[in-house]
Amino acid sequence: MTKHVPIGLIETPFQPRLQALSTAKSWTNWAGYVSPGMLDTVEFEYFAIRNQATLFDISPMHKYRLTGPDALRVVNRLVTRDAAKLRDGRVGYALWCDEEGMVIDDGTLFRFSETDFRLCCQEPMYTWLLDTAWGFDAEITDESDEIAALSLQGPTSFSLLQDAGLEAVAEMKPFDWREIEPDLWVSRTGFTGDLGYELWVPNGKALELWDRLWAAGGPWGLKAIGFDALNICRIEAGFIAAGFDFQPVHTAMRLGRGRSPLELGFGKMVDFTKGHFNGRRALLDQQKNGLRYHLRKIEIGGFKPADGALIYHKKKREVGHVTSGVWSPTTKRNIALAEFKAPFGDGITDDLWAEIYVNEEGQWNKRLVPVTVEDKPFFINSRARATPPRPF
Amino acid sequence: MGQHDRYDAIVAGAGHNGLTAACYLAKAGLKVLVVEKNDWIGGAAVSRSLHEGWTYSNCSYVCSLLRREIVRDLELPKYGLQVIPYEGGASFSRDGDYFAYMSDHDALRREISRHSAHDADAYDRFSQTVIRQCRFIRPFLLRNAPDPTSLKPRDIGELLFLIRQAHGLGKKELGETLRFWSMSIGDFLDEHFENDLIKAHIAGAGIIGTGLGVYSPGTAYVLLHHYMGDVDGAIGAWGFARGGMGAISNALGACFEEAGGTIVTGSGVDRFLVDNGKVTGVALDNGDEYHAPIVASNMDVKRTFLQHTGQQHLPGDFVKAVKRFKIRGSSGKLNIALDALPEFPAAPKGAPFLRGDLHCAESLNELERAYDDWKEGRWSQNPYFDMLIPSQIDPTMAPPGKHMMTVFVQYAPYDLEVGGVRAGTNWNGQTRGAFADCVFDKLEQACPDIRSKTVHAEIRTPWDIEQEVGLTEGNIFQGELTFDQLLFNRPVPGYAQYDTPIDGMYIVGSSAHPGGGVMAAPGANAAREILRNIGRSGNMTGYAA
Repeated sequence: MTKHVPIGLIETPFQPRLQALSTAKSWTNWAGYVSPGMLDTVEFEYFAIRNQATLFDISPMHKYRLTGPDALRVVNRLVTRDAAKLRDGRVGYALWCDEEGMVIDDGTLFRFSETDFRLCCQEPMYTWLLDTAWGFDAEITDESDEIAALSLQGPTSFSLLQDAGLEAVAEMKPFDWREIEPDLWVSRTGFTGDLGYELWVPNGKALELWDRLWAAGGPWGLKAIGFDALNICRIEAGFIAAGFDFQPVHTAMRLGRGRSPLELGFGKMVDFTKGHFNGRRALLDQQKNGLRYHLRKIEIGGFKPADGALIYHKKKREVGHVTSGVWSPTTKRNIALAEFKAPFGDGITDDLWAEIYVNEEGQWNKRLVPVTVEDKPFFINSRARATPPRPF
Repeated sequence: MGQHDRYDAIVAGAGHNGLTAACYLAKAGLKVLVVEKNDWIGGAAVSRSLHEGWTYSNCSYVCSLLRREIVRDLELPKYGLQVIPYEGGASFSRDGDYFAYMSDHDALRREISRHSAHDADAYDRFSQTVIRQCRFIRPFLLRNAPDPTSLKPRDIGELLFLIRQAHGLGKKELGETLRFWSMSIGDFLDEHFENDLIKAHIAGAGIIGTGLGVYSPGTAYVLLHHYMGDVDGAIGAWGFARGGMGAISNALGACFEEAGGTIVTGSGVDRFLVDNGKVTGVALDNGDEYHAPIVASNMDVKRTFLQHTGQQHLPGDFVKAVKRFKIRGSSGKLNIALDALPEFPAAPKGAPFLRGDLHCAESLNELERAYDDWKEGRWSQNPYFDMLIPSQIDPTMAPPGKHMMTVFVQYAPYDLEVGGVRAGTNWNGQTRGAFADCVFDKLEQACPDIRSKTVHAEIRTPWDIEQEVGLTEGNIFQGELTFDQLLFNRPVPGYAQYDTPIDGMYIVGSSAHPGGGVMAAPGANAAREILRNIGRSGNMTGYAA
């Protein structure tokens, strides 16, 4: 054992397989791990998600275990929703705030039992969890470097699991989570809005899992993918991403950059009836005094993606900006998530315009195109929820 | 007839253009009926299962031209349409080599250089020329063709648009454009490339569906017509409709019905009802009559006016122009159910380009000879084919591990010659089998085990396409895409605005501007024209309005 730490990006247990598949040689930094931006092309990886089945290595996610007699109480102190309503063997989306009601991060909460939870998220959270658990009879363990995970997403993902001998997932409903085999936990979750699963194993069993899925993948069009393709799907599904659609408040250097769950559109994920939780008082105040911002789903006119575009009311007054914008190849719409200064985006939703700059081979053109506020996810398909899932 | 049989508009034929027009009209608030002779909708954009477990795109088989403005206006993805791009393609030669068209530009450059160092740079220049031509023509797709003789402000406006676009090209480029629109694909490729295999690979797009050879003037434009589509803005890219081409028609049908429209299948139009120069409705083969002041025919212009309209209602010159409209059947098709993926011994195992369009033509000369056979009324003894295996990408087309292959064949005549007599009825079990054998022989050049992997094959000749789909002579474009039949001459001079000599009667299929392919532009343009003529153009909204 050396005391010296490695310099640069380190590898997840799946890297040998990803490395061998990469023709694009496009790597990004995800929490200090090397992670593919794309392995082949974004276009074909994207369509594999929406048409076939795909593997994305989510091992770099931060994973924490909360155990002990008070585990549920700690979780409920932490997150804004009521974890008591989450049944054993279920997964729930959750957000958590500082005492000002500003979102620290969002993630998925896996409930083994009332005394055992796992929390997965983008940001390092160990210290905050320790702070939150202080005075409770609960233990926090950082499992980030012990558990490897793969996200298997796409309409043929169930058929593939069946062929890989994991047909036991058939009766799992969305957000169910089971130990399908010893040391292999499967959740019916994902970041695509499509049919999909996440598979969790100890690091030592990672490659065995990869090879097993890969061997069954041929007839189902299995393709390994990078973040860029996934990002299109998550915008289509209307999911927010830390660092894009909100700034995790613990990482923001400037004051006032934090946003509350209410401002991000997650009022339903805040349960004021469950007792105290971090940020409760501040959120109650905000609910009473009014929100400062509205994060909304929008459709944008024209065919040019609008990432980063400023949004104007009556083409004059600047009232917001696009936080994630993309051309949606499946819905054939120009879609985005956008943050508006209240009351725009909620109270006032008409006469909104996005200012898009387009570089056409060295010539910049400015376009003002209409913005329509939407309520539903852009991508909705019944195959995502069917139980048992359909073959494709 | 009861009150319920009266409509604001009737569309005859549930092809993709008829359905597109019907959607726009219904969304504009009209009470619209679509009548269709087959028991299913879609015309030549259909998915049918003829062998259990397999789905064929029986006629049209790839998607690119479908205008995204229309897809978006009609929200077709909401009704189940998903277009999935495919990558690349290849041409296999007899000597066991191949030329692969790679979607990765640098890999393509390396591949071209492998065959000819000269052609590697030439390809970029060729692409630039073709894409510039595409950029010039694309704005016209969702506009009416200008009428150069009309003094109506709108026609003058359209003409000015054409002149402005043309003027913007400059003298040299405009000259090149006119050359390009009238020259042969063979001459055009000879100007750019030296390698026969590469030339043959590209030339296919200039003859597909066309009763012309690679050295016939006008075929360069046909190539342009095939290149000017896009998938998500990538000009020239092609894709599959998930679930086959019927997914397009089914999405249009669902959109139409949700907009309040009615579709009646199972009986075709016997005749268009005309009274005193005005259309009044349609009479179906089964005797039913439906009435409406607007009737739009999705049938080709020949079928519409020579078979289903009383000649007493039509000016003689018009009938003459319709009769001379070129609509020659030149293509056949095989849809094959495969037990397993065939081997392609020449290609690297699992090469991505095998998921694209595959061919076996080796030179322009060979393609020209294939055309010679067709002129004589025979199918090409050494045919050109455009072959794809969509089930490698689309899991819905065949059982897991099995595959579906589509083979578009150029050339096959409509009126087959047997014993000195040319007739469509010469296509029988024996001749169709011999035609298929000839195609299988050629397929073996790419995949020698193709016969042993085949479990079922549907053989389609131009005659079959006419009988089933209704396309005259089985011409896939509802009329040749040559300069004499384009823009303000399509389908016939003087009637290029979707109108006809009969008041209230319209042409909405690919016989009209801008022509064939699963583009839906003629349908949308015709709907716009109809609504304008009845003073309701304000009711049409969206990108195609």
